Amino acid sequence: MSERYGFSLTTFSPSGKLVQIEYALNAVNAGSPAVGIKASNGVVLATEKKSKSLLHDDRTIHKVEPICKNIGLVYSGMGPDYRLLVQKARKLAQEYMLIYEQNVPPTQLVKRVADVMQEYTQSGGVRPFGVSLLICGYDYDEDRPFLYQCDPSGSYFPWKATAIGRNFVNGKTFLEKRYSDQLALEDAVHTAILTLKESFEGQMTEDNIEIGICDKEGFRRLTPAEVKDYLAQIA
Amino acid sequence: MGDDIMSYNGGVALAMKGKECVAIACDKRYGVQNRTIATNFTKIFQYGDHCFVALCGLATDVQTVSERLKFRTNLYELREQRKLKPIVLYNMLTNLLYERRFGPYFVYALVAGLDPKTGETFVYDSDNIGAISDNVNLATVGTASDFIFGLGELFFKPNMNPDELFEATSQALLNGVDRDSASGWGAIVYVIEKDKITLRELKGRQD
Repeated sequence: MSERYGFSLTTFSPSGKLVQIEYALNAVNAGSPAVGIKASNGVVLATEKKSKSLLHDDRTIHKVEPICKNIGLVYSGMGPDYRLLVQKARKLAQEYMLIYEQNVPPTQLVKRVADVMQEYTQSGGVRPFGVSLLICGYDYDEDRPFLYQCDPSGSYFPWKATAIGRNFVNGKTFLEKRYSDQLALEDAVHTAILTLKESFEGQMTEDNIEIGICDKEGFRRLTPAEVKDYLAQIA
Repeated sequence: MGDDIMSYNGGVALAMKGKECVAIACDKRYGVQNRTIATNFTKIFQYGDHCFVALCGLATDVQTVSERLKFRTNLYELREQRKLKPIVLYNMLTNLLYERRFGPYFVYALVAGLDPKTGETFVYDSDNIGAISDNVNLATVGTASDFIFGLGELFFKPNMNPDELFEATSQALLNGVDRDSASGWGAIVYVIEKDKITLRELKGRQD
């Protein structure tokens, strides 16, 4: 596809905006909410994972995905675009490992993923990704956790806590009140669940939300049983 | 010397471990087969506060590999906003060498370094296509590498202090190069400690 078009489909409007990116952000803001919170000793990612039908087998498709030992992702927006970025991020992490024999630091992976997203706003014949990513990771050199957001434009922002997707404004307001630098990972998980609950329609169960945590040991997705325990604590 | 490309220019280097210190040393000869052209061609390059690489073999490749490695390490430090660790430098170097697996650079490499916070020491060596070694006590490369290795094994003791390490390294190098016509004409020794790096020039037999 991109061989046939030598020109970019993302072009400037007279006001200086790239409307395709604005529209991509609209796609993100219509997507299901995702939350990320950085605690003193780790990061938590959480997202709503509602299925459209009771017939869906929820437990086989995941939104929270590991990229390498110390980094995980979640998104808001278009699922298929996300899948592609996950594959690219995993490959980038392994390429780094081949050259340096080190786990890629979160900052470095974010730069590389964001560069991929930027490429799709300037290359011929392609459209921007319709996702915003929340990337969490642990940097072993600096010995601290990181949380980043990557947008369709290719910009990335480091966050202490943030929400993306539907009702993200309310989510961020909620987090601004609840966030503190002394938060431990356990508390951060609770806060993340409460933040999701603000925009959640219906009953929250371990099957319709997904949580991932990243600490010094690495990144992992919580099992439904563990999610159930956290939900029971806030009920 | 004959046709052997690895002994066309000559030269030798050695790295040895001590207690919270490492030494890396090389000779200074630059020759073309049996003709000595210069006596100031050192083969040790610094890539970080406490990371050193020694490259022995074809002189043009010694220069090119050291420069290309510098290119990569400069970009690494700019991108990652941090200094190189010895193990990372070693992996970058072996990756660089393996990229030319089927048309290789004619250099054998040594990487020596120290972690300034923990005092952990690192000495690694590599062949010209990037075969990695373990973190060893002693490593040598170059035309007189076997001679220096024998002497190094003899003089090495575990947990030497910087002065003992300097003596062991210097004696192994100086006496080893005397057995090789393609190496010698002076030497330099770096002793790398947590808080300082000492460079000493050795005057050996000028032949």
